[in-house]
Formats: sequence, structure tokens, C-alpha cells
Amino acid sequence: MKRFSGFLVKEFLHILRDRRTMLILFLIPIFQILIFGYVVKNEVKDAKIGIIDLSHDNVTEEITARLDAAVDFRVVREYQTYEEAEAGFRANEIKAVVVFADNFANDMGKYRKADVQILLDASDPNLANLINSYISVILNKYSAEVNKTGNSVIVSTEPRMWFNENLHSAYMFVPGTMALILMLITALMSSISIAREKETGTMEILLVSPLRPIQIILGKLTPYAVLSIVNVVSILVIGNVVFGVPVHGSWVLLLLVSFLFILLALSLGLLVSTLVKTQQTAMFISILGLMLPTMLLSGFIFPIENMPVILQYLSYIVPAKYFLIIIKSIMLKGLGLSYVINEVLILFGITLGLIALSVYKFKVRLE
Amino acid sequence: MNNENIIEVENLVKKFGDFTANDNLCFEVRKSEIFGFLGANGAGKTTAIKILCGLLFPTSGKVMVAGYDVYKERNKIRKNIGYMSQGFSLYEDLTVKENIEFYAGIYGLKRTEIKTRFDDLVSKLGIEELKDKFVSDLPLGWKQKIAFSVAIFHKPQIVFLDEPTSGVDPITRRQFWDLIYEAVESGITVFVTTHYLDEAEYCDRVCIMAEGRIDAIGSPDELKSKYKSENMDEVFVKIARGTNKMNNK
Amino acid sequence: MRTVLIILRKEFRQIFRDRMMIPIIFIMPFVQTLVLVYAATLELKDTSITVVDLDRSDYSRNLISKFNASPFFKVNFQDYNYSNIEDDILKENTKSVIIIPDNFEKDIRNSIPVNLQMNINAIDGQSASLISIYVNQILAGFVKEKILHPTVLSQGQMPVSFNVKSRFLYNEELNFKHFMLPGILVILISMISIFLTALNLVKEKEKGTMEQINVTPIQKWQFLTGKMLPFMIIGIFELALGLTIGILMFDLPFEGSVLTLFVFALVYLFAGIGMGLLISDFASTQQQAMFTIFFFFLILILMSGIFTSVESMPDWAQTVNKINPLYYFMRILRSVILKGSTIADLIQEFLALVIMGVTIMSVAVWRYRKTN
Repeated sequence: MKRFSGFLVKEFLHILRDRRTMLILFLIPIFQILIFGYVVKNEVKDAKIGIIDLSHDNVTEEITARLDAAVDFRVVREYQTYEEAEAGFRANEIKAVVVFADNFANDMGKYRKADVQILLDASDPNLANLINSYISVILNKYSAEVNKTGNSVIVSTEPRMWFNENLHSAYMFVPGTMALILMLITALMSSISIAREKETGTMEILLVSPLRPIQIILGKLTPYAVLSIVNVVSILVIGNVVFGVPVHGSWVLLLLVSFLFILLALSLGLLVSTLVKTQQTAMFISILGLMLPTMLLSGFIFPIENMPVILQYLSYIVPAKYFLIIIKSIMLKGLGLSYVINEVLILFGITLGLIALSVYKFKVRLE
Repeated sequence: MNNENIIEVENLVKKFGDFTANDNLCFEVRKSEIFGFLGANGAGKTTAIKILCGLLFPTSGKVMVAGYDVYKERNKIRKNIGYMSQGFSLYEDLTVKENIEFYAGIYGLKRTEIKTRFDDLVSKLGIEELKDKFVSDLPLGWKQKIAFSVAIFHKPQIVFLDEPTSGVDPITRRQFWDLIYEAVESGITVFVTTHYLDEAEYCDRVCIMAEGRIDAIGSPDELKSKYKSENMDEVFVKIARGTNKMNNK
Repeated sequence: MRTVLIILRKEFRQIFRDRMMIPIIFIMPFVQTLVLVYAATLELKDTSITVVDLDRSDYSRNLISKFNASPFFKVNFQDYNYSNIEDDILKENTKSVIIIPDNFEKDIRNSIPVNLQMNINAIDGQSASLISIYVNQILAGFVKEKILHPTVLSQGQMPVSFNVKSRFLYNEELNFKHFMLPGILVILISMISIFLTALNLVKEKEKGTMEQINVTPIQKWQFLTGKMLPFMIIGIFELALGLTIGILMFDLPFEGSVLTLFVFALVYLFAGIGMGLLISDFASTQQQAMFTIFFFFLILILMSGIFTSVESMPDWAQTVNKINPLYYFMRILRSVILKGSTIADLIQEFLALVIMGVTIMSVAVWRYRKTN
């Protein structure tokens, strides 16, 4: 036991001494959360739009002023012709152009109808859609005022946004970041570090030492497990303090499940390390086989329901998918263990399988 | 024996932060001799050799290699030296032939010249069947011999060998020294570091380093008589004791 | 010049002998385009919604069929009372529950405002807001048809309305894949240039061969040119391969000129390879290089506007983007491929990339030392 604790201390020192890597490991989750929280927003703000006004009357100018005043838009240019507007699109000056037909105010008075055309840069389709609907809202509001109906919209909706009233994107990316970081630190780091010991030949020195293989494995993996737990807590705290992501359910359950996922990721890392000879191979296998699926097929950023069926099936073997379902349920919906028992059991099963497999592989290599 | 100095070092100091790796070294190496740098790991041998090769800047002191100043004329020095590092530094994923062609090409040797010299080398070392093998498939002893051949392929004036024999068996070490003698006969000066004390006997002159300083310098016979010892092992032990005594004062 | 060729020959030999490189060069473009394009989709399609129809009128049935007809929704469950809404949303059986109130048809006919309650699972805020927008669009169509129809409204009190026609340029079908593909090509090219360059150089450091090179009289520019040219060539090849896959598999339109695209790509690769070199100057192990790149890459790619509009980002982020090469290249690829922009259209982006490339490369080359 004393021998083992000595070895453990050495492993900790080894990791702590590489300051740069340590720094990056702690900065990645923090930066990622801040970037997701502040930068990656799917909303329209200050979108640059242009105007083609063939009429130039008080109505078109009033509408233009209203578009400019809205937080969503900034009217940056008036174009004389369609060709000019198109050049504007190509140079990325504008995202949309609102075209008012000539005799606009006249038509409105005479025929109660006037023609507006909205040209949109649909190379970003979602943004084009949002801009389109926001411009329509402003136009409708204007016509409602002219009609003095106050509420021209006879049928309206009353949306109730469950679990996330303000549609804050943090609710998606805080749990997602947890899954990603746990994979990164535990699986990627541990597989690379074991591969490095193999590459440099120090693994053999360890193996001939009186330490038992299981102690070597534990000694290698424990520091990463500790690091991951620190990271989980720091992500949750930042998520909560900075972005107000709640933990409605039980903290104990949340941490226990996170620990289960850490175990799973560690055994994945161990398995990868038994399969490879060099650090580079370990890196590429971990990135392609573990990181990318965790980012893409877990429902972290992209909803799984929208993917082709093949990818949906593939997502069933991505452990992060189950982890995300569980922690979102606990944190955001406040559900208890009984609601997520299936997912927990799946994670548990995968973990046991992986541990058995990698211990077996490790032993085979020894003989 | 030609007494012209090919390396001159005066008051060489190299510091890494607070740590002094080379403390006021003074020595010279004569043309066509085998000059040995002896000392335990961490004595500062590798640092000194890297400064001489132009891989590290000295902190202070005067260093001349092949008549050129290491501060200003490193590129002229580089044309005149060969270097073999502890790790042998061959590309494992290239064949023996490709490695040699690559390094020789970098030194600007003509293609025909490379071919003649390579054919000579193959027949000399008897590596007809090894020449198209990947370096990763060679045994350590062969890697070492080939690394040495690469280091002197462009016929430098001086070749620097940093612990060339660490990790190889005594017979291979003996064979390796034969190659070194051959190089010296063709006029190359050899600067070698080692921590095998028996190898010191093969050198014309040796320099014993400890803790960044030079403790003794001279031919093996001179040192043995000076310290009244049977062999270099004893010399080394006596010098080491002396240093400790000095430190304890 | 001959020295550069010697380095080049050695690099290509090593690259093609490396068992990892062949899959990276030839298979990664396929994996990235095929998997990423399909997986990285933020468009709604056939989202399952539940409609609770308390009215059970012609109008309500008509509205439900409109939901079903839309490409965005699939009404997977219809109910006639309020049961289990909470449970269904909690268990994620449905994304959204829309409640059509009692007297829906009657109220509309009598011009009494009607309110539809919409429950949306909003953990994914982005999908939630899209769902809300699409539901409202469908409702607006429905209202236009029913209410503004002359039979419902008495003549004379005809309200003012705008005849709005929207034209979605450059991507009429709002194909999200066409939006993502150029973005994925940016990731691909960046990974090739930054990761491979840095790892390649750090590997030579780790193995000690870098030291062996440094004692030779080779000039810095000769060595670095020989080191970096292969990745330039591979980068261009990857772009061509990725584009071909996009055009053949996803009907990606290619509006611009190939020459323009490759001129831009060369400038960008120059900057990217410079970044790789710069990182290798500071890293001593591959692991370090890897994590450093991973850290910066993640930030730069998210900020580049790959998923979301750059204009919606806070001002400081837009300022940071002024020195983010990925941001410029993202704009360039999308504009050239989808909109047919020329170098003249993108002159600012072009100059920015040139300046950044030259700066990064100069610093990196200056930091590369044969003697430490």
C-alpha cells in the first residue's frame, strides 16, 4: 500500500508539473462555456439590411426608420438597383434587402394593399428565416397601427417554454461541455499518457516493479479522475453563477452519475491505450472515435431527431448520449433516479464491460 | 603529431537560469586527435558539446571551432563538423540509403559523389543486405554505426560524438572504436563524450568534468601517473573524492 | 533550391509511409463531409408535435392538416383533452404540445381574438424558437386564408395589408447542408494545415532529428520551405476532394470561380501553416502541441461563425474576429461557393488574410531557432 501511494504521488506530480497542459485543461471548459454563452447565439441582433425604395414617400420612410430602430436590424445602405443590391450581397455588406414598390403610399390608400419584397441571403438559411419573420412582424405591426385595430392578429399564440423560459443556450451547452470535457481529460489524456509510457519504454520498468498491474492502472488513472471531478464542479458552478443554469434535482445524484461517466471514460481511455503503440495513434483514435461522436452524436449541439436514421442508430452506442439525457433530466427537469434508471443502467453496463475488456487486454499483453 | 589547435575554448560559461551547466571551461583540442570528455550524467558534457556544435549559445567566454567563432560564424562551423547525438537521430521510417542520401544532400554533396561514397561505405561495412532496410528494423549496434557514418559522410574536420556507445554491448563498442580510429586516420578530429571510463584509455587526451567544471585534463598516462593510479577508474575515484573534500571545506 | 527538393522528397516519403497519414488524407474528407454534414444540422424537419384539439371543428382539423403538411412538423399524436401534457414533455415523447381552444372556429368567425397555447420543450433554445416561428408562420397562412377571405369580412372595412413576397437568394430551398459544407471545408483545411504542420515538426523535435538537422549548414528558409510545402499541397488537394464530394453528393452549387477559390485557399493555408509552425516553436511534446491547438482551434472555430451569425455576437467577439483567420476564410468560402463572390468583392478579407499570414509566418520563422 505504501508502495502504491508513492507511485500515486509520482503520477500526480508528473501531471501537475506539465504546467502548460494543466493550464489548458482547466481553461478549455471555462473558455468553452464562456464562448458558448456569450458568442454562439442563434439570434438576430444588428443584422445589416439594405433598402430599395422606389417610392420614397412618408410610409416607406417611416417603415425604414422602424426597421433601423429595431434591435434586430441596422439599415446600412440604400440601393438604387437590384444589381447594386446583389453586389452588396456578394461582398457580405448585407443579409437582407427590403424593396418597396413605387407608388407605395398611394397603393395603400387606394387599394388597401402595397407590395413589399424581401430579398434574403439564404446562404445561412436559419438566419434568413429568422430575419424574414422579424421583418414581417415589423410590417404587420405597422399595418395594425394604421388599421387602428390594436391587435390585428386575430389568432395569436401564447408560447410556454418549458424548462428554459428565456431560451438560454446555456441550458444546452453546460451539460454538453461536461460530457465533452470528461471525455477529453479522462479518455484522451489517460490514453495518451499510457501510450507515452509505452513509447518511451518506461512502462516496462513499471511492469517489472513489485507493483501489481491493477495498482499501476489505478495509479495512472486516479489523477485524471480527480482532475475530472474538479472540472465537473467548476463547470457546474460557472454555469450556475454566470449563466444561471439551475440544478433542480439532487446534487448527490448528479455527482454520482458524473462519477459513473468518468469511470466509463477512463476505461475507454485504458482500452484505447491497450490497443495502440504510439501517442499519435492514441490521439487520432481518441479524437475520431471518442471526441467527435461525443460532440456530434450525443445531442450536445445538434438534435439527434433531425439526423438521418443511420446516424440516429449510431448514436445509441455513444455513451455521452445517455449521460446527457440523465444530467439534463436531473439538472433542468428536476427528475429523480426512477425516471432515468434505464440510461443509468446502460452506462453502468457499458462501464463494467469496458473495464473487464481492458483488464483482460492488459493482462494478455503482460503474458 | 600536429600541434595545431582545432578547437579553442576560454572561460566558457553556460547558465540556464540560476543553474550553471558549464563553469568557466578552458581547453583546446588538437588536430587529428581523439579528445575525450569524461564525467557522470549531468556533469555538463552534453551542454558543452552542444555549444561547440552551435546548438546552444554560450553565456560568456571565447569559443573557436575549426578557426571560426561560435558567436558569429556558426554556419561556417556547421560546414566543417559532424555530430552524432545520444539518440542516434536517424529517421526510423526511412531506409539506411535514404537517410544517408538525405543528410549528404543537405550538406550539398553532388549526386555522383554521394553514390561513390555510399558504395564505398556499403562495401566497407558489409551492409549490402541492410542498405534498403528501414532504420527501425535495425539492431541498436547497426543504428549506431550508421549514425556515425552519416556524421562523417561529408568528411568534416571534426566529428562530435555525444555518448555514442551508451547501451551497446562491449563487442559492438570495440567495433565502434575501430571505426573511430579509421576516421582519425583519414584526418578527422574526434571529440567524444562518454561515461565509460575504460573508453578513456582509447583517447589521446581526456578531460574529466564534474558539476560543470573541468577537474583534470591530459593524456590517460599523464593522469594515471599524476594521481598514482593503475587505471582511469582509480583516477576518476580519486578526483571525485578530491572534489568532495573541497566542497566539504 | 536542390536542398529544398531534398527535404521535400524526404517529407513525402515519410508522409506516404506513415500509416496514419493515408487515412487522414484520403478518408478524413469523406468522414468529415458525410458525417458532419448530416450530423451538424440545425434545421428542423418532421419534428414531432402533439396537438390537443378541444374544438374539434372544421377549422381546427384544417389547421392540424396544415401542420402535418408542413415539412417541419409531424403531428404524432392528437388528443381531445388536457391529459398528460406535462408527462409527455417531461419524458420527451414530444417536442411541443399545441392546444386549440374551445370555440376556435366560432370565435374566429365572430372576429373574437383567439389564443393558442403552445408548450415547447425549450432545453434546446434554438430549436424551440424555430418551432415557435414555424408554428406562427403556419398560423399566419391559415389566418390569411380564413379571415382575410372576402367571405368572412364584410366589404368596406377591408384593412390595410402588405403583400409581402420573400425571395431566398443563393439557397432557395433553404438547404442547411449547403450552408454547412463550406464551413466543414474550413475545418478540414485548418486541421490539415495547423495540426499536421505542428505535429510533424514537434515529432522531429521529440525524436532528436531536429537537432541533427540544426547542426547541418542548411538555411532556415530551405528547411522550413521543404517542411511546409507538402502541407500546402495536401491542403489544396483536400479542398478539391472535399468540394468534389460536396458537389457530387450534396448538389452543392458552385457559383464562383475555381481560380478565385484556390487563390484564397493558398493565402489561408499560408496563414494556417504559419500557425502550426508557431505552435511547434513553443511545444516540446506532441501532447502539448495537441492540447494547445485544440484549445485555440475550438475557440477560433466557434467564433468564426460556423454555426451562427457573426453579427449577432457581442462587440468584443467581433473585435477578436478581426484577427481570426478562420473567420475570414469562413466568409470567403461561403461567399465564393454559394454567392459567386470575386476577389474584388472580398478585397477586405483578402487583404486581412494576406497581412495575417505574413505576420504569423514572420513571427513563426523568426522564433524558429537553429541555436537556442
